[in-house]
Amino acid sequence: MSDSATVAAPASPATLPAFPSAPPLTPQPDPETSSSSPDLEKHIDRSLRGKIKIGAKGLSGPVIKITALVLIGLTVYGFLTFDYKNIDFAQAVAKTFHNAQVMFGQPKLTYNSFLGLMHALFVSFALGALATFFGAIAGFIGALLCARNIANPLVGNVVRAFVAFIRAVPTVLWILIFSVAAGLGGVAAVVGLTFHSAGYLAKAYSESIEEMDSGVIEALKASGASYWQIVFQAILPASISYMTAWTFLRFEINFATAIAVGAAAGAGGIGFDLFMASAFYFDLSELGFITYVIVIAVVLLELAATKVKAKVR
Amino acid sequence: MLDKLFKISPRAWRAWLSIQSRLNKGNSQPEKPQQKEKQTSIFTKRKRVFTLVFIVVATLYLVSSAAAEFNLIDGLESFPKAFIWITTYLVPDEKSLSNLPAILAKLSETVFVAIAVTVCAALCAFFFSLLGTTTTKTNPWLARMVRVVAAFFRNVPDVVWAMLLLFSFGQNVLTGFFALFFATFGLLTRTFIETIDEVSADCVEALNATGATTLQIVFQGIIPSVLSVIISWILYMIETNIRASTLIGILTATGIGYQFDMYYKMMNYASASLVVIAIVVVVIAIEITSTRIRKVIM
Repeated sequence: MSDSATVAAPASPATLPAFPSAPPLTPQPDPETSSSSPDLEKHIDRSLRGKIKIGAKGLSGPVIKITALVLIGLTVYGFLTFDYKNIDFAQAVAKTFHNAQVMFGQPKLTYNSFLGLMHALFVSFALGALATFFGAIAGFIGALLCARNIANPLVGNVVRAFVAFIRAVPTVLWILIFSVAAGLGGVAAVVGLTFHSAGYLAKAYSESIEEMDSGVIEALKASGASYWQIVFQAILPASISYMTAWTFLRFEINFATAIAVGAAAGAGGIGFDLFMASAFYFDLSELGFITYVIVIAVVLLELAATKVKAKVR
Repeated sequence: MLDKLFKISPRAWRAWLSIQSRLNKGNSQPEKPQQKEKQTSIFTKRKRVFTLVFIVVATLYLVSSAAAEFNLIDGLESFPKAFIWITTYLVPDEKSLSNLPAILAKLSETVFVAIAVTVCAALCAFFFSLLGTTTTKTNPWLARMVRVVAAFFRNVPDVVWAMLLLFSFGQNVLTGFFALFFATFGLLTRTFIETIDEVSADCVEALNATGATTLQIVFQGIIPSVLSVIISWILYMIETNIRASTLIGILTATGIGYQFDMYYKMMNYASASLVVIAIVVVVIAIEITSTRIRKVIM
């Protein structure tokens, strides 16, 4: 192809100027296409410069752009209106770096024993596990009541609104509210953590139930299966792998939250030690040691969760 | 309760052994009689798995309850008590309405912090994840480093960052901002790396074949293909960060969390309830908006 072109080029300099329609510099509709099928031109979307627009049409593009612009606008507005209290930013950053160096560079235990810390870590783990356990049970019941393909639409809407409300209240507030009724400690922490887990898992489970093939449920209904038979023979086996994945994800979140609320709501566990180390003893090395313990625990938990999830699939 | 546990466990052990032996058999000689046995034993096998799972969960439950000093009866008893307490005390009254402007001011600050944190963290995480993804074929060592750094930021709890920053920044908006920033940054970096690897692998390969430069690949291939996923994640993280910033606010004495904690400790429960209601309204409004947006863009 290219060979013949290069050979032909020197042979036809004379004919070149006579060539009627030399390609214009500005892009224009291809004459061949428009002459052969003028209708086609109607359907081609061109920009002002005549380029053919490519990409998906529809609302998605503009909505993405508008959302991004609004978010950036709100961010800028936020930065302009924050009350910084005339903080010396450079000094604070330098101090943060220094503190981080002490914290992560020289971890050391002075106020806690290592065994005590392990026990506290296990308490946090236990709080997370119990909350996940109750949250999974309550979430499963909630999901059965609000999944669109099996639930009564009216009940479903009520349950969905209730679940949305439960999820909207931060976990700490649930714990603080329940600690008035049950006293500070394990019970309030577990109940408080359970609320948000149940709301979260109800939504996740109901979504995985909704994804399942509607023919299976229909077939079981037609064969006269009872509600619970449908639940345990069709719904549970079909969505068990999704559900385990969600449950383990929630367990990881609950463990992290149990640590956090231990610090903020005095709910016990390693979070409380963390809080004491920094807010009462002002000991960065201790804080660093506890942080390392937490990070190692979280990583191990994630590895274990990945293994179990692989088995279920 | 423990007795029961020990009674069941030999059975579970036998079940475990039989599953193990069958697995080993399956590995060594996958022949015809094996298949026949498998067909007949599906229900027994399922039963065994259920028993095993039940035992593991029950053990975990008992050990955890002992460790956390939790018992179910107290837990259930606390519900009616809490319900009565909520309906009698946690109700806004006329006096508390005078605190509403202060509450709304703090809440809007918290919401703006959550939005600003998420947007900044997402921008940084996106450029960071470009270095960490394998599709752009940057240095593999750099990619590994990026992943380790992201894992570090993700696994250090935001409470720790808040505590660390409290020493240097004090009771400032920036304490909560940076604490949430680090945690969000870690999480989003990992998510974006996964998204880029998953979503844009094909189109990056195609662009590579046409001889596009790295910058062209990023701007023409990766960004358009992952933008909707990124926006969706940003919306989700804003919602999460509003809740998280409540907690951090309690610790660092800033924002809406502090406002709640103050009323709660002053036993001004009527005003505290207003805080809860305000948070719920805002979070649900954001959730509804983001669900709508997600429906259009995904």
